[in-house]
Amino acid sequence: MSDTHAQTVAFVRETQIPPAPPPATETGVIKWVRENLFSSWVNSILTILSIYFIVRGVIAVYPWFANGVWGTSDLATCRQILDGATGACFSVLQDRWRQMIFGIAYPDDQYWRPLLAFALLLVCVAPVLFSKLPRKLLILSALYPFLAYWLIWGGTIMIPIMVMVGFVAGYYAFTWAERASGFAAGLASFVVTASVVWFIGGLISGAMPGFIALQEVPSRDMGGFMLNMILGTICVSLSLPLGIVLALGRQSSMPIIKGICVVFIEFIRGVPLITLLFVANVVLAYFFPPGTNLDLILRVIIMITMFSAAYIAEVIRGGLAALPKGQYEAGDSLGLNYSQSMRLIILPQALKISIPGIVNVAVGLFKDTTLVSVISMFDLVGVLRGPILSSTAWTGIYWEAFGFAALLFFVVCYGISQYSQWLERQLRTDHR
Amino acid sequence: MSTISDPGAGNDGFRIGMLINDTRYRSYTFQFLALLALIFGIGYLISNLLANLAANGLNISWAFLGEPAGYDINQRPIEYTSQSTHARASIVGAINTLIVAFLACISATVLGIIAGVLRLSNNWIVSKLMSIYVEAFRNVPVLIWILIIFLAMSNAFPQPRDFRGDDPVASMWFDAVAFTNRGVYIPSFVNGEGSGIFWLVVLASIVGVFAYRRYARSLLYSTGRLLPTGWPSLAILIAPGLLAFFALGQPVSLQYPELRGFNFRDGIHLRLSLIALWFALAIYTGAFIAENVRAGIQAISKGQTEAAAALGMRPGRIMNLVILPQALRVIIPPLISQYLNITKNSSLAIAVGYMDITGTLGGITLNQTGRAIESILLLMLFYLIVSLSISAIMNVYNNSVKLKER
Repeated sequence: MSDTHAQTVAFVRETQIPPAPPPATETGVIKWVRENLFSSWVNSILTILSIYFIVRGVIAVYPWFANGVWGTSDLATCRQILDGATGACFSVLQDRWRQMIFGIAYPDDQYWRPLLAFALLLVCVAPVLFSKLPRKLLILSALYPFLAYWLIWGGTIMIPIMVMVGFVAGYYAFTWAERASGFAAGLASFVVTASVVWFIGGLISGAMPGFIALQEVPSRDMGGFMLNMILGTICVSLSLPLGIVLALGRQSSMPIIKGICVVFIEFIRGVPLITLLFVANVVLAYFFPPGTNLDLILRVIIMITMFSAAYIAEVIRGGLAALPKGQYEAGDSLGLNYSQSMRLIILPQALKISIPGIVNVAVGLFKDTTLVSVISMFDLVGVLRGPILSSTAWTGIYWEAFGFAALLFFVVCYGISQYSQWLERQLRTDHR
Repeated sequence: MSTISDPGAGNDGFRIGMLINDTRYRSYTFQFLALLALIFGIGYLISNLLANLAANGLNISWAFLGEPAGYDINQRPIEYTSQSTHARASIVGAINTLIVAFLACISATVLGIIAGVLRLSNNWIVSKLMSIYVEAFRNVPVLIWILIIFLAMSNAFPQPRDFRGDDPVASMWFDAVAFTNRGVYIPSFVNGEGSGIFWLVVLASIVGVFAYRRYARSLLYSTGRLLPTGWPSLAILIAPGLLAFFALGQPVSLQYPELRGFNFRDGIHLRLSLIALWFALAIYTGAFIAENVRAGIQAISKGQTEAAAALGMRPGRIMNLVILPQALRVIIPPLISQYLNITKNSSLAIAVGYMDITGTLGGITLNQTGRAIESILLLMLFYLIVSLSISAIMNVYNNSVKLKER
């Protein structure tokens, strides 16, 4: 065949043509720009509009940052230095950062304590967040609440130690009694043992108030961003167990228990947090025995915890509902009772599914802690609106101060939500 | 012949131990105990309450609702003077709450849908801009946004007196809209003779648009015939109203705000507090809705788009007939909770002095009368009713778009 072919065709190329480079419009930057910015005339218009607005924005904002004034002690001096030019007075941050972070009344020489507490928070929360770290480190996380209480509020170290001893004793009593006669008995003996230890511990720590004591700081002196962090951390950690109990109650087959949980959850979810804070501020005191005088901060913690517990309960209920029925039946067929099958089979899986939702609730709750400024507590927003913006030196400033507040919240919340997305990727076991 | 290994079958007698050990009775025991604990708990709280009230010489009474309020409300959708009762002040506040919640819900939905769709756009710069918007607003407390917008507007907008004189510092937009640091003034409608008919016609044409679209859709589903919907809807919306307007001799006119004395008169006065609250809630919640919309669209598998394209549908129709109906099913439940969030977050009005129900009933009324328990109870009841109604309405809608499974 090839012979005949060779005779009929005048020329046969024996080597391949070297590959030509792709057209200039199909490679590199040009291709990327064409595909991502100018793929159709709608896209081109959108791109040009976006670029126009970005440029306008940068032109408007850049001098504000570039001309920023640091080091003045009031707004008038700062405006004088600027002399009519656009520019920020960042000196408000320099002048008042202590109040923004620690509140008005926290003693200056004790700032290392909350700072240390929050540095430790990062360390101690890591083993909870990252399951690859050695499990032994969880002991640190368990110790942390007591240590943080001692660091932030001060007083003798005996109080947190005694509280901790109570928990440890209660835990051992629980394991012992549960093995002997079931979960309910274990719970009862936990309560009894812990209360006994706490009572004795109260006597002991009352007797030696100066034992390794830090300067005591009353709750009303907490403020600034520190208060937001305290409220956020405490309320999220307290509302997790409460939320689990509420979710289990709502899934329960017993109508009365289910009814109680449903009414509680729907009531809390139906009202704004502000009304609950009003309750904490003016009404809650009426419901305690006459003569008890609870801190405002404690009352607020109670109400915010109830608030976030209702939301967390709904998230966990979603996780419980997402588990296939076979898991519940598997627990039953193994002969496990309710508390065993929940603790060993159902909850570990349900909680794993609900982690992203719980983190979302936690971020929302942390943002909502700013609402305490409405009931005249001096958290970050409260400090800005009260002592800083209404002081004679800084009245009239707002972008710099609120921008800083927004930045602080953004860093924390964005960090948490990035963590949650990372975790979601880690926990994804299906193949997509 | 009863056997020991079969408890309960032969021995019908009831032993006290079965209350704990028999699963048939155990749940009753637990429920009884829970009920008992609940009753005792509530009883304890109420007895504390009564004791505290008695100790402070207080009582629970609703009579304060009928007394004159004695304070002014700056935004009055219904008639109200400082001589009106506390109850009326609360109603004014409630209407103000509903106004700002309604405005914010609509704008947040529009904003959220636009941002959510644009975030999925294949235009790199637009999708990046949208993710910056979403992340920036989702991760900062809404209270901070409300305060920033409020303070920025009241500092950046000119004073009313700047509009005065032959060569004013500030001027109105198209002689119709004035931005001042006391609020924004927009034109209002003046209804003349026959205006009722005109508004009826406008209302009827809006209903007509929906009816026409419904008809077009049912025609498409039953016969496969496509009716154009774009320009006919526009025509139905505009033409009858325009005809009625000129046929009735221009019964409705606009009244422009006008600077008189120290302030603007006439027109509608939107207070800065309303605008700040409205915008902040809309932009903040819009970021959340954008995420819901994006998740909803991404939840529809790519095969759906490809299948529709293989059937020869155009991209617009793929979106309208294939993707959106399925995506809506995913989007609507979280959208409901976003609407609830807007309603609840509107209580932050108190931070900028917008007189919603938290500002009237939970604010001034509470402080003036000292009736904390009663006021807060009513306040919670109001929000509960609103929340439950919104979720009821939206659940009905949700059921109508839900996948009909056999």
